[in-house]
Amino acid sequence: MQASEMMARVDAIVEEHGNQQSSIISILQGIQKEYRYLPEEALNYLAEKMDISASKIYGIATFYENFSLEPKGKHIIKICDGTACHIRKSQPILDALRKELNLPEGRITTDDLLITVEMVSCLGACSLAPVVNVDGVVYAKMTPNKTQELVRKIKEGTFGEDD
Amino acid sequence: MGTMTIDNKKVEFTDEKNVLEVIRKMGIDLPTFCYYSELSIYGACRMCIVEDDRGKIFASCSQLPKDGMKIYTQTPKVRKYRKNILELLLSNHDRDCTSCNITGRCDLQRLARRFGIENIRFGELDEKLPIDDSSHGLVRNPNKCIYCGDCVRVCEEVQGVGALSFTHRGSDLKISPAFNKTISEVNCVDCGQCRIVCPTGAITVKDDREAFWEAIWDPNKRVVAQIAPAVRVALGERFGMKAGEVTMGKIVAALRMLGVDEVYDTAFAADMTVIEESQEFIERLSSGENLPLFTSCCPGWVKFAEYKYPELKDNISSCKSPQQMFGAVVKEYYKEKDSEGGKETIMVSIMPCTAKKAEAAREEMEVDGVRDVDIVITTNELARMIKELGIVFEELEDEALDMPFGLASGTGIIFVATGGVTEAVVTRLLKDKPRNDEKPVLFKDVRGLDNIKEASFQVDDREVRIAIVHGLKNADNLIKMIKSGQKHYDFIEVMACPGGCVSGGGQPSPTNVEHRRERAKGLYKIDKTSFIKSSERNPVVSNLFEDMLKDKKHLIHVHKN
Amino acid sequence: MRMTSSKDLYEAYEKFKVDFEREGKKIIVCAGTGCVAGGALDIYEEFQRLLEKDGLKDQVELIKETEEISLKKSGCPGLCEAGPLVRVEPGDILYTKVKVEDCKDIIQETFVEDRAVDRLFLRIDDEVYPYQHSIPFYINQSRLVLEDCGEVDPESIQDYIARGGYLALAKALEEMTPQEVCDEIVKAKLRGRGGGGFPAGVKWSQVLSYESDMKYIICNGDEGDPGAFMDMCIMEGLPHSIIEGMIIAAYATKAKEGYIYVRAEYPMAVKRLARAIQQARQYGLLGPNILGTDLSFDIHINQGAGAFVCGEGSALIASIEGERGMPRVKAKRTVEEGLWKKPTVLNNVETFANVRNIILKGANWFKSYGTEDSPGTKAFSVTGNVNNTGIIEVAMGTTLREIIYDTCGGIMDGKKFKAVQIGGPSGGCLTEEHLDMPLDFDSLTEVGAMIGSGGMVVMDQDTCIVEVARFFMNFTQNESCGKCVPCREGTKRMLEIMEKIVAGKATMEDLEVLEELAYTVTETSLCGLGKTAANPVLSTLKYFRDEYIQHIVDKKCHAKVCEALKTIRIIPDLCKGCSKCARICPADAIIGKVREVYRIDEEKCIKCGACIESCAFAAIEEV
Ligand SMILES: Cc1cc2nc3c(=O)[nH]c(=O)nc-3n(C[C@H](O)[C@H](O)[C@H](O)COP(=O)(O)O)c2cc1C
Ligand code: SF4
Ligand code: SF4
Ligand code: SF4
Ligand code: SF4
Ligand code: SF4
Ligand code: SF4
Ligand code: SF4
Ligand code: SF4
Ligand code: FES
Ligand code: FES
Ligand code: FES
Repeated sequence: MQASEMMARVDAIVEEHGNQQSSIISILQGIQKEYRYLPEEALNYLAEKMDISASKIYGIATFYENFSLEPKGKHIIKICDGTACHIRKSQPILDALRKELNLPEGRITTDDLLITVEMVSCLGACSLAPVVNVDGVVYAKMTPNKTQELVRKIKEGTFGEDD
Repeated sequence: MGTMTIDNKKVEFTDEKNVLEVIRKMGIDLPTFCYYSELSIYGACRMCIVEDDRGKIFASCSQLPKDGMKIYTQTPKVRKYRKNILELLLSNHDRDCTSCNITGRCDLQRLARRFGIENIRFGELDEKLPIDDSSHGLVRNPNKCIYCGDCVRVCEEVQGVGALSFTHRGSDLKISPAFNKTISEVNCVDCGQCRIVCPTGAITVKDDREAFWEAIWDPNKRVVAQIAPAVRVALGERFGMKAGEVTMGKIVAALRMLGVDEVYDTAFAADMTVIEESQEFIERLSSGENLPLFTSCCPGWVKFAEYKYPELKDNISSCKSPQQMFGAVVKEYYKEKDSEGGKETIMVSIMPCTAKKAEAAREEMEVDGVRDVDIVITTNELARMIKELGIVFEELEDEALDMPFGLASGTGIIFVATGGVTEAVVTRLLKDKPRNDEKPVLFKDVRGLDNIKEASFQVDDREVRIAIVHGLKNADNLIKMIKSGQKHYDFIEVMACPGGCVSGGGQPSPTNVEHRRERAKGLYKIDKTSFIKSSERNPVVSNLFEDMLKDKKHLIHVHKN
Repeated sequence: MRMTSSKDLYEAYEKFKVDFEREGKKIIVCAGTGCVAGGALDIYEEFQRLLEKDGLKDQVELIKETEEISLKKSGCPGLCEAGPLVRVEPGDILYTKVKVEDCKDIIQETFVEDRAVDRLFLRIDDEVYPYQHSIPFYINQSRLVLEDCGEVDPESIQDYIARGGYLALAKALEEMTPQEVCDEIVKAKLRGRGGGGFPAGVKWSQVLSYESDMKYIICNGDEGDPGAFMDMCIMEGLPHSIIEGMIIAAYATKAKEGYIYVRAEYPMAVKRLARAIQQARQYGLLGPNILGTDLSFDIHINQGAGAFVCGEGSALIASIEGERGMPRVKAKRTVEEGLWKKPTVLNNVETFANVRNIILKGANWFKSYGTEDSPGTKAFSVTGNVNNTGIIEVAMGTTLREIIYDTCGGIMDGKKFKAVQIGGPSGGCLTEEHLDMPLDFDSLTEVGAMIGSGGMVVMDQDTCIVEVARFFMNFTQNESCGKCVPCREGTKRMLEIMEKIVAGKATMEDLEVLEELAYTVTETSLCGLGKTAANPVLSTLKYFRDEYIQHIVDKKCHAKVCEALKTIRIIPDLCKGCSKCARICPADAIIGKVREVYRIDEEKCIKCGACIESCAFAAIEEV
């Protein structure tokens, strides 16, 4: 990433939300949207620009679950483990996915940065539990098989063509 | 205003900020980990819990006193919960007290003993994290941290640095610099204020005692010690004496018993700094360049400015700090002798300050490859060495400093209290030198513990505007005001620590307002009774300037690139 | 069109109402998160395509002459389980589980041939329900807040105004002083729907009583309870009702700025709220001089970033201020020193959504629903093992039995009811003995549960209650901010013990420690999260202690949920000795000789269950 380009992008995001501490979460969301994660250089630049210590920004970024300091995959699969989904067996879906993607414990993103798998709590579609959200689209009443199917489509590059 | 009932006793309260203060006022030492009256209230450790008359448990540090309130500081429930909380803390703690840097002075250990924790049922520390010993001044051991947040708050609220922050959350909570870097990689200025407030061994002073012992035992080394002014009014606290009690004679005696060859007073070098820095100031006043002049004797401040306001580089005095000047001069003084006798002079400074350790290690603090200062030992480390040898400090007979560098003016001594530098420089600028008994009136705006002090003096025909600031957050605010054009000054004294070096990061803790006041009082007392009033009347210093330093001024200046 | 007086609003109301009611033939596609997940947007597009491009509309109009078919999206009417839902008016015909392929039939048969598509009707136990309002799910509800959810297009302010929207605001502005508005809310005894049940009117009056250059209104739409989504339903389905409530609160307390804090997992709610705010500004209902009065007020949306604890008031405020969302201790309450230390009203989504009806219809009308001390209604999201999961709204004081059996159609697969977890991770469980207890704030608190957010998870006999308690413990432990010791360290140790219990490794001493910790955490934690974190454990211990003991002493999970406590065994009488299972077992745990009875080595068995399915003689069972 070109430093000057990064600075220009961060400038634009700060411009959009306002250079004050109360905007910091929106700004971080903006940066994450841009890069799919929060790059260290961008946060250091932000700290200087906003006169907030870098450690404080780091503290905020590590507090909220949605922020990632590591690059995330191109596709994000969120498996709901809210109460309703848990009771209707969401764990096996996660297990199946990890197996399908060869993700060991503690890793959420595939090496090729294609897919990130996250466990989240409640996506608000509890009646259709268990649910899975792929790139913002909710899939209802999922099973391990159906989820594996989705992943295969993503891998083959045919995902989203017929949905 | 009102009355409350604490443990069935009626207690009046006035302006106490919280129930905890009222409880303490009535003489009960309620335990706390996360409460410091000078920091914002955090309310996380839950040690200060009390029970009210309806059986509700609350943290007394975060509750306003209310008229008619009835509380109990010790009930079966409170006692059990407090013990459980301590047990929970200890369960996730690296409990190797015997080999812990601060055992015996640790709040966690003390409270565990006070509440009789004998059995920890809840588990063990699950994962040992690496220790950060990257900095010259401090060591961070996250395995000892209880996440009280005191360090985070002091660093942000008092120092305006924000080198540390809470990161992650829940049981993954950590205290760390940005991006989990080491403190030496970030904007930490080594002031050690975080260490002062840390109730455990999670932040401790970098221990340099071993190097000191080695130097002492090496027959080829001439070990020369300098003792900073603030040390003599605080060291006694480690031996049960009162804050502010002057123990210079005992320290000299103790150092000789340790095996130090020559013992001097850093105040001597402070006299040199006063002369050199006021000279620089006079020159700048007449040329009008690079004003305001900022003092350079506090390495915490210098580092802060380097990080945050690099553009102020030329406004900071180029004089070395007294510690470094002293080192440079002593090394020069023994240069020939050493090369003849095959000895090496080792400069050890006894400092109240953790930043001085880092300062001594700075690349530019040397002359022709010879380090100015070799070893920096803090007040606390010296106390431990004295204890290690089994010296009964309180009973030592006073001994006198060595000559020639043992002679210092009162001005040099108060150098370390906030306002001290200013007083010294102004004393020198004034044509009519104030008598010792005139000083308190003349310098009333300069003394004391206000965050930012301002004064102006008529020097010749010119009004010289001076600001004195301590605590880096205050310095930061002041600089912002200067930058925005709200304020104008000619001379600005900055001390990183609140109250100046008397509360340096290497001093015994606690270091609260009362300690600061008492220690500063001790220094003013020495000033009052010292028979050399001002720096330029120090004959040894004058000689030095006329003789050795005559064409070697570079020894005592920093050469910035 | 900017409205500059109440008169403008009344005129708009009359006009939109006529439009709304004239709409005649309507196809209403539910566009709530649930139905969208089932493909509702594609269905909507298909209808659009069929009507516009395929000319089906013309075809209908040829036959029915002037009658137009209008197509609209609505918020969630609550019956998500049966979604995607399509309702057809007139006639109140409800089609369930609609697919794109059904759209053509729906238009053709309903509008052209004048008969309904029976295969899409809701069926419960052989009973067929063609009409929405005949469905038992709706019969026992009192939909006051959600009345229009499913009726109006959430993206249309005209729809909302047509249904009387913003008339309450106009009434407050025209006929009432701020104090009178506060008084009316006090009189209605509207209690906060976000958990605590604190009287909203009292809060408002206090904020009104403080002099300050700035005051704030915050709407808490964080809805972190995993398994509750009624606030989402309101935000998505009736965003204007929240905005109207907030504007009225601003008028009543003299606040100038408002914030809606929405959790990040609700992108559609954010979108709809943002759109509604935009429309309200255009109509002069937000911004300077609302409806031509002195009232100036505007609303910002803050999106959460994934932290349950940010639903707690002081953490939410910290988060809006741009800090880590850690709860704060404060000497003064939020009503005096809230956001940026200014007086602040903080209320829940549903609390605000209740305001318009109270102002418009009066406190007495409101009190005619619910109980003496908990008047009005409450929305619940009912999930778990019931037949009709979804969002319901019932009068306070309705019993669990009515909710579970009448409204939600009873337990799935005819199983036996075991317990219901109410109030999410901070709540407690209710059992059979509570089935006839009226649900309101106070009676729930009495039995150690709470309405909390309104999440209700129904569990049948096959649920392991210990494992459910472990699940909640895991949730709160994960979501603890870590600030205070009892919650950070205590929940962690409690979870460790719960994990030991479900793994069959705990002792009775562990149970003792668990309880001791539970009380310590409850009584000494800083914020509500810690104070309630132990509730699921404490309440399940209260009603199902024997199940804990079974896990600990007998190492048995009678619900057969806890993996570690399962035993797989071969029933000797049934085993024919075919050896199939032994060949399939991945752990080589099955031993025996062909044509003799096989046996499972418990030490080796990993409880994968593969053998059970493999046995053609059903000789292997799980005990
Ligand atoms: C851990 C925790 C999470 C909470 N989450 C929510 C929430 O998601 N939504 C909500 O409205 N209130 C939540 N609350 C309650 C709020 O603190 C607050 O009481 C409420 O928003 C006030 O509004 P009300 O009086 O209208 O209910 C939560 C409280 C705690 C302790
Ligand atoms: S920090 Fe205190 S309690 Fe912990 S090991 Fe060191 S002395 Fe012991
Ligand atoms: S007293 Fe106990 S803790 Fe202390 S050193 Fe001896 S054995 Fe260790
Ligand atoms: S030494 Fe000073 S600057 Fe460094 S972390 Fe500690 S308080 Fe902050
Ligand atoms: S390092 Fe010390 S002061 Fe900082 S949080 Fe840990 S225990 Fe507290
Ligand atoms: S004020 Fe004194 S003790 Fe503190 S950092 Fe500066 S020199 Fe060191
Ligand atoms: S109770 Fe838990 S969530 Fe609340 S402040 Fe304490 S640690 Fe944070
Ligand atoms: S598969 Fe069934 S019948 Fe065959 S050996 Fe196994 S248990 Fe016996
Ligand atoms: S459950 Fe799995 S591991 Fe156990 S005996 Fe059957 S096949 Fe083997
Ligand atoms: S619990 Fe999974 S969507 Fe709500
Ligand atoms: S001192 Fe009160 S909570 Fe820490
Ligand atoms: S989302 Fe369509 S019925 Fe709930």
